[in-house]
Amino acid sequence: MTQRLKEVDVVVIGVGMVGSIVAKELAAAGYKVVGLERGQARFTVPEFQSPAIHDELRFDIRKALMQDNTREPVTFRNHGSETALPVRRWESFLPGTGLGGSMVHWNGQTYRFQANDFQLATRTRERYGRNFLDPDLTIQDWGVTYQELEPYYDRFEYLLGTSGKAGNIKGKIHPGGDPHESPRSREYPTPPMKEHFQGAMFRKAATNLGYHPFPQPSSNLSQPYTNPEGIKLNTCVFCGFCERYACEHFAKAVPQTIILPVLLANPNFELRTGCQVQRINLDSAKKQATGVTYIDAAGREFEQPASLVITSSFAINNVRMLLLSGIGKPYDPASGKGVVGRNYAYQTMSTVASFFDEDVIINPFMASGASGTLINDFAGDNFDHSGLGFIGGAFIGAVNTNGRPIQYHPVPPGTPAWGKGWKQAVVKHYNHTVMFSLHGSSVSQRQNYLDLDPTYRDAWGQPLLRMTFDFPQNDLKMAEYVTSKGVEIGKATGAKQVAGSPRRAPYTVTQYQTTHNTGGTVMGSDPSTSVVNRYLQSWDVPNVFVIGASAYPQNASWNPTGTLGALTYWTIDALKNKYLKNPSALVSA
Amino acid sequence: MAMVQLTRRNFVGSIGAAAVVPATSMLSNAVGAASVTDGPVPAKPASADAKPVYLFFNAAEARFIEAACERLIPADESGPGALAAGVPNYLDKQLGGAWGAGERLYRSGPWVAGTPSQGYQLPFTPGELFHTALRAINLDLEKRGTAFDSLPVDAQDNYLKLLEAGTLDLDGVPSGVFFSLLLGMTVEGFFSDPVYGGNRDMVAWRMIGFPGAYADYYEAIDRHGVKFEREPISLAEDGRGHIHVHQDIPANL
Repeated sequence: MTQRLKEVDVVVIGVGMVGSIVAKELAAAGYKVVGLERGQARFTVPEFQSPAIHDELRFDIRKALMQDNTREPVTFRNHGSETALPVRRWESFLPGTGLGGSMVHWNGQTYRFQANDFQLATRTRERYGRNFLDPDLTIQDWGVTYQELEPYYDRFEYLLGTSGKAGNIKGKIHPGGDPHESPRSREYPTPPMKEHFQGAMFRKAATNLGYHPFPQPSSNLSQPYTNPEGIKLNTCVFCGFCERYACEHFAKAVPQTIILPVLLANPNFELRTGCQVQRINLDSAKKQATGVTYIDAAGREFEQPASLVITSSFAINNVRMLLLSGIGKPYDPASGKGVVGRNYAYQTMSTVASFFDEDVIINPFMASGASGTLINDFAGDNFDHSGLGFIGGAFIGAVNTNGRPIQYHPVPPGTPAWGKGWKQAVVKHYNHTVMFSLHGSSVSQRQNYLDLDPTYRDAWGQPLLRMTFDFPQNDLKMAEYVTSKGVEIGKATGAKQVAGSPRRAPYTVTQYQTTHNTGGTVMGSDPSTSVVNRYLQSWDVPNVFVIGASAYPQNASWNPTGTLGALTYWTIDALKNKYLKNPSALVSA
Repeated sequence: MAMVQLTRRNFVGSIGAAAVVPATSMLSNAVGAASVTDGPVPAKPASADAKPVYLFFNAAEARFIEAACERLIPADESGPGALAAGVPNYLDKQLGGAWGAGERLYRSGPWVAGTPSQGYQLPFTPGELFHTALRAINLDLEKRGTAFDSLPVDAQDNYLKLLEAGTLDLDGVPSGVFFSLLLGMTVEGFFSDPVYGGNRDMVAWRMIGFPGAYADYYEAIDRHGVKFEREPISLAEDGRGHIHVHQDIPANL
């Protein structure tokens, strides 16, 4: 028996980073907003407090903050010819759950994409010619430009208080920052974090090789900061428990520390936790959403009517919500037609390990999630790809975030997997190794996509999302090339042994890489190749907005959160100043 | 059971090749080593005789687990091994609790053997998997007239390599799957917080220099290359009662 509730103006599906920012803005503008969060409510005090939060087994290994995969996993296969099987344990990527969403367990690495990234197809054609790319690649322009998004990047960074050093303010290059970045309108809200030893070593080696190292932009803050919402964040103390953990220090920008206190104080907003949305309901013509149906933690079913539905879940869950609701045409890789689930992409991660003698003390456990040093000289299109046979690149950096020993105990290649040889190598190298991350872009490709699984179901009886993905040749070539550059930097640090591990196929769900899943509800200017328009509004059902990294037509060389924050404020602007004044399609198809 | 390459001749050959070190003597060595590691002597030193109370493993399983863990992470001059660190006790408590029962494991069928990149696809919970595999292993060794813990260490290593290679069918559990779970959980037990029953007295953390749950390096982070000398801190020390309270954000909004 479904209980029908009183209609509200707006329903937000998922109260994470996007959901809490959107809800705050619309509630403040006078709209009645209901936020439906499938997980539990949780706050810095008492849930995130030390020392219980500093438990590697519970949070890193047992994935305490992650989406409940016993009820709601995904299925996976490398290729369409295989049978997809459930990801029975999370490893490769870790979507969060609960109030604050995945942002609660992020590292705080807060990048912008470059102007080139938003017009990737056009710029690639212009610079390298029409025939440069593998014809299977389906990269495309975003339908929005960097220049349009810049004010919203700025607003997001100032909400978070991001610590960094600008390299390009209004076209003027500033020493110490990233000279490759697209122009920003002003300096970061707070100065860069202190540099750890690995970062300092990397800086010296990269400078000697003629590259341009800069401090990692961090939303674990270098100093106290009061954001435009009036909320004060504290200084990060480099505890080394950031990614996969919640911050007990009020030093990491997460919804609990940047926006929820304001949102939850607004009587126009109602938070309902433990609510699993089953589908967005449509009218009989399937042209308008009428609200959502959800099941609460006690198993009771409700219909929540609403004039506007915003899905602000984790990227892959946004895709699944549209597929379960019948919004937009599902993608078919055989014909290349259809859009929902199309252009699923990821991140192409490689590593370089530099091993030192035992008199070089690294202290890897002293770190924040974003206190490293890196270069963008081999990221995006910052180097000439002529003759290389690939597009894209990676940032290379000493961006180590922790020394938590169950997961972090680097040993040189050739070390036995167990026994005395393994143990001695762990003891010898734990405190004397520098790791570089090579954080690579990910092109979209015709064969990689998301759809609904024909066999496996969630705890509510609905089909699971099916992921079909392997690394495109383009990205494997990129990983080889960029890793060779990382190895050169490793050697230039004076390490006695340097081991590069370029990402290799096949993609496996058994090894953590990143939680940077993108695509599937791609934005764009052509309804035949995008799910939402440039304002993240559904082409098919104009009172549904889909905000998430699911909008990215392909993924760039950087962590996706900064760009998602910019898109969130960009969309809020369109909602407040355009859509809500005259609810209709903002772009004619 | 397929492809059993371990023969009596292998065992005998191994005995000739290496000194026999019974697990009990490794345990005493290990504790001896722990007492001379740097830092103050713990208030209640771990006793070599303090046998864990096994709630999950039966006696035969426990004998295998104790001996096998100590081969995976042996006591040596760098410090105690898995046995002295209490890893078998960690395994027992994990496997007897929620994790052993399938915590965080999607358990709906159909059950299909997948590709390596699709990960674990067996219906066994970790607890079921251990019981099934250990019974098969102990029966296999019994047929050969021996038991794992009475083998010389080289022969123990050879048998573990056989499991690792994945060539044995342990009553439906591929031996490689069992081995990688055993190894993964042994490393977990060695390095996880002592509140979980392994890493006794934080021996593994002392060995590598990890300070544990201790959590403020603001003053130390830019003193590059300086060894961080202090006792590690366990969750059990309760952060010395310290709670961070925000002046503006109330608890439980």
